[in-house]
Amino acid sequence: MLTTVLIFLPIAAALVLWLSPARTARAAGAFAILVTLAELGLWLAALVGFDFSRAGLQHDTTAVWISDLGVSYKVGFYDFSLWLVGLTIVVMTAAMIYAIWDGRTRPRAYFGLLLLLLGATIGVFVSHDLLAFYVFFEAMLIPLYVLVGVWGGAGRQIATIKLLIYTLLGSLLMLVAIVAFGLQQNTFDLTQMGSSQSTWIFLGFMAAFVIKAPLWPFHGWLPDAYREAPPEVSALLSGVISKTATFGVLRIVLPSFPEPVAQFQDAILALAVIGLLYSSLLAFRQPDFRGVVAYSSLGQMCLIFIGLFAFTDSGINGGMFQMINHGLVSAALFLLAGAVERRTGTGEFRKLGGMARGRPWLATSLIIAGVIALAVPGSSVFASEFLILNGVFSIGWGWAVAGVIAIIIAALYMLRAISATLHEDIGSAVPSGARDLRPAELVAVVPLIAILIALSIWPAGITDHTFNQKPTDAVTARFEP
Amino acid sequence: MSDFATPSIDWAGLSPYLIALFGTAVILLTSVFLRTSMRRGFASAGAAITLLGSLAATLTLYALDRTASGLVAEAIQRDDLAHLTQAILFGTAILAVMVAHRERTSDEHAGEFYGLLVAAVAGMAFLAASSNLMTLFLGLEWFSICLYLLTSIATDRVRSLEAGLKYLVIGSFASAVLLFGLALVYGATGTINFIEIGQTVEPDNLLLMTGLSMILIGLGFKVSAAPLHQWTPDVYEGAPTSVTGFMAAATKVSVFVLALRLLNTAFPEQADFWTIVLAVLATISLAWGNLAALAQRDVKRILAYSSVSHAGFLLMPLAAGNALGGRALLFYLIPYAAMTVGAFAVVAARERELGRPVDLDALSGMGWERPFIGVAMAVFMLGFIGLPPSGLFLGKFYAFAALYDRGWVWLMVIGAVFTAVSVYYYLGVVRSMYMRDFPVGAPVVAGGSPPRDRLLVTAIGASLVIAVGTFFGVDPLVDVIRESTDFLTYPF
Repeated sequence: MLTTVLIFLPIAAALVLWLSPARTARAAGAFAILVTLAELGLWLAALVGFDFSRAGLQHDTTAVWISDLGVSYKVGFYDFSLWLVGLTIVVMTAAMIYAIWDGRTRPRAYFGLLLLLLGATIGVFVSHDLLAFYVFFEAMLIPLYVLVGVWGGAGRQIATIKLLIYTLLGSLLMLVAIVAFGLQQNTFDLTQMGSSQSTWIFLGFMAAFVIKAPLWPFHGWLPDAYREAPPEVSALLSGVISKTATFGVLRIVLPSFPEPVAQFQDAILALAVIGLLYSSLLAFRQPDFRGVVAYSSLGQMCLIFIGLFAFTDSGINGGMFQMINHGLVSAALFLLAGAVERRTGTGEFRKLGGMARGRPWLATSLIIAGVIALAVPGSSVFASEFLILNGVFSIGWGWAVAGVIAIIIAALYMLRAISATLHEDIGSAVPSGARDLRPAELVAVVPLIAILIALSIWPAGITDHTFNQKPTDAVTARFEP
Repeated sequence: MSDFATPSIDWAGLSPYLIALFGTAVILLTSVFLRTSMRRGFASAGAAITLLGSLAATLTLYALDRTASGLVAEAIQRDDLAHLTQAILFGTAILAVMVAHRERTSDEHAGEFYGLLVAAVAGMAFLAASSNLMTLFLGLEWFSICLYLLTSIATDRVRSLEAGLKYLVIGSFASAVLLFGLALVYGATGTINFIEIGQTVEPDNLLLMTGLSMILIGLGFKVSAAPLHQWTPDVYEGAPTSVTGFMAAATKVSVFVLALRLLNTAFPEQADFWTIVLAVLATISLAWGNLAALAQRDVKRILAYSSVSHAGFLLMPLAAGNALGGRALLFYLIPYAAMTVGAFAVVAARERELGRPVDLDALSGMGWERPFIGVAMAVFMLGFIGLPPSGLFLGKFYAFAALYDRGWVWLMVIGAVFTAVSVYYYLGVVRSMYMRDFPVGAPVVAGGSPPRDRLLVTAIGASLVIAVGTFFGVDPLVDVIRESTDFLTYPF
């Protein structure tokens, strides 16, 4: 019941908002924030009521949907899905605060769509029926499409078309695979399904996930979408939406297709390592702030793939932890990029510079977020990347070496971005009167950074509470006792 | 022929058709005596009442007696499949009447317009129930002739006349091919009854196979499956928009159900042949419809090519030739019919508002100006792609399930790939509505607010409810569908 409310409260709230007479951004935004705070409360209730010592689904609800084909509405929490839902709600709250501050036009539509996106995304993380999972996975796309297409930048139309055609092609192939897998097993209930050896069903699922995440070289939609979307939507896209794909890998692909996973392990690791190096190099050459964050995001997603497909305890644990870390850090960076763009009207480095002077909050937040993103030792991102590389080292040291090189490049590009924005000479686009971060922006960004710092101090808070047994065993046992 | 026995006639079983025909007669004959200004109101009210009567009769028959029986010497069937299809058809027609209420056709021909609409749906209902070759042809011609006339009823518009003529010529040709095929099948088997044809032993008779091929071609024309769809865009564009919506939705419902009944009862032995033919037609329709739609600017033409591609999607479960496919086909038709009528209703609303044909530019900004019909159109377009929460998503899911059951993964992949292609033009409509401003200098309606048309908006609302309702209420609906298709024996 709790889980169902978590999904449908924002969806119902979106409908209420659309029918309501709220005209101002503030009223619509306040309503939306109230709903997300209620969601946060519900999530905390789920967290408190969660028994980390036992395996299997908790807070679960099952209802028949299409009995003819064995499709049901089945939702519930595993320990790892709990953290992803938390991430979703936290990032969404930050995005909404930022959107209110930015004063989006047509606020009812805007905040309604954000609420719809929230409900659908939570739905993906808690669904344990393949068709329900697919429905939420697709449902996320509709609000995203409109959010980017209506409120995005100048190139938004091309960006949305690419986003939709890429992701729908992947997910339709997944639909084919879902039909095949479900009919093969006579049920679509993931908790009751066995595993399959079919290579092409595996590839169908992977088609959706490698495009959505994305994994190199399936990232054609990514640069445009991340650049053209409103900053808070970019934050959601790279912080949360991309995680639905890696969640899908962890929840569906790894447990359900052990043989194909083993068979394709080297191929996927190779793509991910190439992608990691490629995107890190590209991030180093990007002319604008969001470009750097976008390609760094691609690299981090590749890294998560490396962790998951290493299929070792350390790799999976690290991959899972990295999903949370990257979600928080890339959301913070995109929001800060938005703050910079709002002040200067551009994200291009050659017009930026010297923004640190007289703007301590901006400088501090950007430097902390950037330093965490480049995985400075001691940070939570360092912890998760270390776990991933440690995990992949045990199956081949070459993978780990490539990963380390990429992390060194990450330090370079992140420092380049920071210094090009904050230091050096004052850029031509930076007005002398440009203000420091306003309180509303701080309220949006600081909690994200605070959580990252907290996780840096106590990473075990999550890593010890993600899988109640050894991760590989949990996956092999399909997360059931 | 001294042993000729007059068949006993179950008048109650025929009541849906009889009510519709009686209504048609009353509308046609009475409106001649009315003043021109009164004709439209009278005729549309008469049509609505008649259709409600037929719908009520259908539902009563369904509720009272669920056992299947043949009517008029086994010429047509009274069974759940027929009743379910007829309920869909009458419902679609009621929506069409609501949409048509303020259509800009001349009041002088209002009587003919509504009379023919009711007669057409009666013919479609008849076709869906037919169980021999004679009634098949009778039903098909009955509604086709009505549709030829309806297409050209806006006599003051050249496009409408042109469309009507084109439809008449090509449609008659298709009917001729079909009739020839029916004759060959009769020649090969010596019977016109579907079941008896199915019991004929010689399966690979050349005459029979030729006949079957010609029947498939004739029916392919009617559902506008590529490459037999050439008339579709012109006719859809030229016909009055409310007629287009009705025609696109109801023709498919009726002919597809007929095809389901005919192919599975009369030609089970030839299933290897017709399933492959239909699979090939499905592939061509998906490819042609979706690719050609990419190049269109006129919304009615976009929807016409979309209709071709959906014919392809509907052919997939039929081609699967299994029980799951039968259920998939019927389930798919319900949201599809509602969404088609709804989408054309939105086009009609915009057309009346602007007083000119609706191309993509004409939709600019409509989503923000007219929130309700904008959202409805967006749901229809996203639904046509197959995104939740529209029943058509589950329809596609069911169709895929049927194909998987048949082992035709290749066709599933083709369906998936071309659905991804269709994203471009469906979203083109959404993009126009929400992401572009009204072009400067374009004619805007005087006074800024559109003429009130509550019936049209209600029809759009009803379509929306059906489109979304079939998503959530799929389980009880599938139970009904299962009960009405279970009597068929499928070849695979």
